[in-house]
Amino acid sequence: MRLAGWLHPILALLLSPLLPGVINRVKAFFAGRQGPPLLQPYYDLIKLLQKGAVYSGTTTWVFRAGPVVNLAVLSLVLLILPLGRVPSAVAFPGDLILLAYLLVLGRFFTVLAALDTGSSFEGMGASRELQFAVFAEPALLVGLGALARWTNASSLSGMFADLSPAFWGDSLPLLVLLACAFLVLYLTENCRIPVDDPTTHLELTMIHEVMVLDHGAVDFGFIQWAAAMKLWVLGILLVGLVLPGASGWWGLDALAGVVGLLGVAVLTGVIESIMARLRLLRVPQLLVGASVASALALLLTFR
Amino acid sequence: MTSGIDSLLILLILLNLILLGASRLHNAVRMVAAQGFVLGALPLLMQSGGAWKAALLLGIGSALLKGIVFPALLFRAMREIQVRREIEPLVGYASSLLIGVGVLVVCMVWGARLPFPWPVPSSLVVPVGLFTAWTGLFLIMARRKAITQVLGFIVLENSIFLLGLLLTDAMPLLVELGVLLDIFVAVFVMGIMVFHINREFDHINVDQLSALREDAS
Repeated sequence: MRLAGWLHPILALLLSPLLPGVINRVKAFFAGRQGPPLLQPYYDLIKLLQKGAVYSGTTTWVFRAGPVVNLAVLSLVLLILPLGRVPSAVAFPGDLILLAYLLVLGRFFTVLAALDTGSSFEGMGASRELQFAVFAEPALLVGLGALARWTNASSLSGMFADLSPAFWGDSLPLLVLLACAFLVLYLTENCRIPVDDPTTHLELTMIHEVMVLDHGAVDFGFIQWAAAMKLWVLGILLVGLVLPGASGWWGLDALAGVVGLLGVAVLTGVIESIMARLRLLRVPQLLVGASVASALALLLTFR
Repeated sequence: MTSGIDSLLILLILLNLILLGASRLHNAVRMVAAQGFVLGALPLLMQSGGAWKAALLLGIGSALLKGIVFPALLFRAMREIQVRREIEPLVGYASSLLIGVGVLVVCMVWGARLPFPWPVPSSLVVPVGLFTAWTGLFLIMARRKAITQVLGFIVLENSIFLLGLLLTDAMPLLVELGVLLDIFVAVFVMGIMVFHINREFDHINVDQLSALREDAS
């Protein structure tokens, strides 16, 4: 069983670029276009990894560390995060706090690398990213806390292992509240519509994309890979919540997790196709809403 | 049936929170209408045994009045005076929401501890009733437009209705229906008032009414 947990990061590294591919295909379907091939993110990655990098003379080691740290941190997260009902490689009481702070560490280095370039556009993107992070973090921590109290477990593996349809019947509202909060978090952290538009071409309106404008070649490949991994990590939180109970055989559980992730990717594509992006001023309101949903879920567990 | 009641009560909490954060009056009126329907369904789930006819009457009356008649009246008033959104509320929307969550915590902690002489259908009823009452009062205090204050008044009545459901054995049906009728007249009169305030002053910001004096020059 533990072996399956160790395989999770490798599985995620190999399969995560599929998620943006699925999202793009769904968006293309809604727009009536042919769309890029499903494996396009893989082609992009291979092309980027073969290129030679060029660094500006004004940047320091921080700029080069950003993408590497991000990818490394996300791989670490996958060691403590169970894939659906498959327990993670490492589990200890309170690892949900480590999860939140590892995600923040990745964000911190992305922001530092953006500021290191000295570009005013990148500084603006960094400031927005952090502003939204301030609102998103309570939603994540409180939501995980509610889940921990609900399932009476203190580690992520324990929390997700105990969730089953029997739990749903008991407290369906709680599940719905947490799922809503995690969906908003998933869209925010991955810079999808309605928070940020990954396909925008105007620096003034970008959030995440503008922070990585100066990265090229291998570094940019790492950034795209890390973005796909982040889709995987936050998608797992949502999938783990709504997946039915464990089957007992880890291969089937892992398959269910991956299928669930693809389902979330399809859902993201649909949301991106039918919604417009929110005004920047309205985004904190959405995130406060997610925090409120998490807080309400936590309150309900205290009854 | 407990989980059904709980789900509806949590829906009520969410509607209250959305009301606190709603900047568009249309949305706010729709939320209040939804509250009316939820409250209409509650008596049927909560009644125990014999009184189902009274519960049915009460539920249908409440849903009709609060879910259809009041919103129609308010939408009509809004169309007449052409007001769409609340500009510059006294307390901002995000902070209203956060204050709301804080108050919800207090209501949950204290409301659950209040001793009740007979068994309560769900431990959430009293906290949600208190929180709904607070939401109504807060909307009346922290918003400028007369329409939002009418909404606050209806929400306040919703809370009284909800808490009254606990007393259906002690409180006769006639009293409940009388209260509903009172509310109906009140909202009707307030709809007309809003129209008149607007015609006299070209706006419905009630905080400026206190500036009216005899000797104003």
